[in-house]
This record gives sequence, structure tokens and C-alpha cells, in this order.
Amino acid sequence: MDFDWMKIPYALLTLFIVVNYGMLQNALIAKIGARVGRRRGIPIWQNYADLIKNYSIRSSITHGVMYYLGPVFRLSGGVGLLLFVPSLYGSEMFSNLSFAGDLILALYFIFFGTLGMALGAAESGHPYAAIGITRGLQQVSAAELPMALAVFSVALQYQTLSVTEIVAAQQGGFQNWTLFTNPLAVAAAMLSFLGSMMRPPFDVVLAPQEIPIGPPTEYHSSYLALMQTNRAIFPIAKIVIYMNLFFGGATIWPEFFLKVFLIYMVSVLVGVVHPRFRVEQSIRWFLVWAVPIGILSIVLV
Amino acid sequence: MRDELQKRVVKGPDGVEFEVEPLKDYYCEAPPAEHPPAYLKIVEDLFNWARSQSLWILGFGTGCGAIEMRPLMTPRFDAYRYGVQWRPTPRQSNLFIISGYLSVKTLKRVIRSYEQMQNPKYVVGLGSCTINGGMYWDSYNTIKRLDDYLPVDLYIAGCMPRPEALLAGFETLKHIIREGKAEGANLYARNFDWYKANQKKVIHDWDMPDYNW
Repeated sequence: MDFDWMKIPYALLTLFIVVNYGMLQNALIAKIGARVGRRRGIPIWQNYADLIKNYSIRSSITHGVMYYLGPVFRLSGGVGLLLFVPSLYGSEMFSNLSFAGDLILALYFIFFGTLGMALGAAESGHPYAAIGITRGLQQVSAAELPMALAVFSVALQYQTLSVTEIVAAQQGGFQNWTLFTNPLAVAAAMLSFLGSMMRPPFDVVLAPQEIPIGPPTEYHSSYLALMQTNRAIFPIAKIVIYMNLFFGGATIWPEFFLKVFLIYMVSVLVGVVHPRFRVEQSIRWFLVWAVPIGILSIVLV
Repeated sequence: MRDELQKRVVKGPDGVEFEVEPLKDYYCEAPPAEHPPAYLKIVEDLFNWARSQSLWILGFGTGCGAIEMRPLMTPRFDAYRYGVQWRPTPRQSNLFIISGYLSVKTLKRVIRSYEQMQNPKYVVGLGSCTINGGMYWDSYNTIKRLDDYLPVDLYIAGCMPRPEALLAGFETLKHIIREGKAEGANLYARNFDWYKANQKKVIHDWDMPDYNW
């Protein structure tokens, strides 16, 4: 097997673009949320200042080995998710390290960060962290179910487990997108998408007013900065999967930015007008509304 | 010292007996260390700029001044546009606003929260009560000069100062941070014994470890 070593710097370039885009987009989304509340909101470069400040904090304390590894796992979950699926279809530079079975790997990576965080937050010993991570795992597990069903449905539809081939099958006009050829799978996946974006009504994991921010309660300085970096990468990486599977992928960066932003806005639009679900409510919601749609989409394929 | 902080033998649910010494097991015994600016001046300037643009306030209201901080989150004043945010945990915050009078009972919690914050950290005294006791100057259970117990970077005088005064205070604090003069955490570590002696002078029932990181 020959490996093209140029792929590594190209993949790092993708990572660089996505980190910066993610930071700016998160600030923009926060500004949009603030405008809904009739505030001006944070400056567009606020996330950079926060990140530099957290990396520059001089002292830090640790609670043990897993406490170190929690943010590392989380960040590698985000980076891995991004690097193993093609960002731009048909581009030599930005196909990253995609391979034939990357869809399965992506499903695994989506869950990986949460599990790492669970171990790390548990070791921090703070009761709020334990409550938060319990809620998080329950909710993510419930939200992952319709997502997995939708992915299987799409894999059956195109008879492949390669993201690149799934994107290839959707080229040639928007009527070929999975959105129109398999709308039920897309519906199930988008309902699951709401649950995994940490926005209302599914943000009980962090629950800022109730269990002070949950899992990361004890995390500070560089640990927190790693997690902030992941906050910029992970949503984008996840949306890239959605874009590739359901919305025809992207062939140039402007198309990529636009599609990622619009898909993100789905969760924002739902989030700003809905109050928060409790965990048992959200699990019931996923099982009652999203899972049957996912099963139906598999049956119909 | 409270009973649950004493050294004792505990019997676990599986019948195994083991010794517990909470002050050693759960808390750090090391006094705080000084962390001087370690990098080139240009790097430290960048860091100070980032610190000044990202003030994370610990959500801890001690007195009546706490009610003047809430409007800052609302559309009318909206402190978020100046890089000011509220954090619910001392680990992540770097600005402690002592909002108004500070009773001795609250001072204990303030000290514990302050010590859990990471270097560099800043303290702002809000209202006259933190300067000289204000209208509580002859009260039996409030402290008079906050600076004796924690290193204060900035006072915002008034009884009570309006939210606009707080916003102006944030801008002044940003100037102090950018000039590299906000080294309260190092001051606290350097004069740790003096601060501890002052704290113990007013807190008679000292039932916590001397240093809770």
C-alpha cells in the first residue's frame, strides 16, 4: 500500500481552516442568539480572546490521569471526525484521510468525545460534573439512535459505507440529494441533530442555571482551552457528515461555509424559541418522534 | 475544627476499616506559589490583552451590590459586548466582584472561592462598604476594609454604584490589566501569612483548611 504523504499537510490545512471558521461561526451564532434577546452580544473575535486567555493562565491543578485525558479524548474525537471524512468532494487537497469504510468510523468518533469526557469529568470528583455527564450520556445515547438508523438507511440506499461514494451518488443537481431521494432518513437525522448540538431544548447537560455548567465544572486553564478548541471543531465536523450524507456535500469552500452555516442554523432556530427539556422528556421525545421515522426510512429503502 | 474534618477511622460498606484524614486527603497542604510573568514582554502583552478582553466574573453576590450586576446581563446594559461574561464556577473565572458589604460568615466562603480561582485573578470591590465599611461601619459582623483580607485591584465607590459605573470600572480594570499591574494573585501568595493572620483575626470559628487551592 502506498500512502501519499502530502495528505498530512493538506489535512492540517483543513483543520486550520475549520478551526478558524468554527470560532467565527460560534461567535456569529452567539450574536444571533443575543439579537433574539435584543442584546448586541459578544464581539466576533471574542472566542479568540477567551482561548488565548485560557491558554495563558499561569497555574492549574489536576485531579488525576483521566482528568488530563478527558479534554484530550474530546479534542481527538472532534479532530478525528473531521479528518476521516472528505471536507470537499472531488478535491485532491481536502479529501483528507477518507477511506472505504469511513462512515462507520465517523459514527464511532461522534460518540468518542462524550465517553472521554465522561471519564475525565468523573475523576474531577465534582457532584455537578457527575450529574451533568449522566444526563449527557443518556441524552446522547437516545439522540444517537435515530442518527444511526438514518445512516444505515442511507448506506442501504447507496449500497456503500464510503462517505465519498455517497457524495458522488448525490452529484448532478439538488434533486439527487438524499434530502429528496430519502426524506425520511433526513428527517430522523435532523431530529437527532437537534439533540447533539448542545442548544435548547436539549441543553440540560450543561444547564447553566441549574447545575453550574455540568461536566466541565472543574476544568480550567489549558484543559478548558482544549475543550473550547473542540467546541469550534466538533460541530463543524459533525455538520460536514450531515452535509455529505444528506445535502449533496460541497465542492468549493464558499459552498461548504454556506451549507454548514445553514445546517447549523436549523438547531439555532429551534433553540432560540424553545425552553429546555428535562432528560426524561428529551429521551421520550427522541424515542416517540425520531426513532419511528428512522425505522420507517429503513423499511422503505 | 468541625467533626467531619477530624482524623478518624471509617468503616466502609464492605466492612473494611480505613483511616480518613480529610485535611490531608481532600485538600492541598501546599501554600500558594508565585507565578511571575514567564514569557517575553511581547507575548505577555498579548496575554494581558486577551485577559483584559475576556473577564469571566464569578457569579457570587455577597451583599446588596449583587443586584446591580444583574442588569448588566440584560439588553439595556449588555456587558457581554465588552468581553465580560459570568461563570458559575471559581475554577474558570478570573474576576471576583465583592458586591457590597461582606459579613464575616460570607468572608469564609469568599476566601475559599478566591483560593480556588487560578492565577492571574482580579478582585473588584463594589460599593463603599468594601472600602471602609460604608453604612455598616459600626456593625459587629461585617468587615471594614476588604484590602486587608484579599488583594483588591480596583474599587468602584458609591452606595450603590449604578450599572454604568460598573461598566466604567471594567474599562479601568482592563487598562490596569493591559499595563501588567494586576498581579493580585502573586501579591496574595507573597504576603500569604499576613493575609491569613488578618482573616483569622476576624473569623473566630476557623473550621476549614488554611489553603483550599
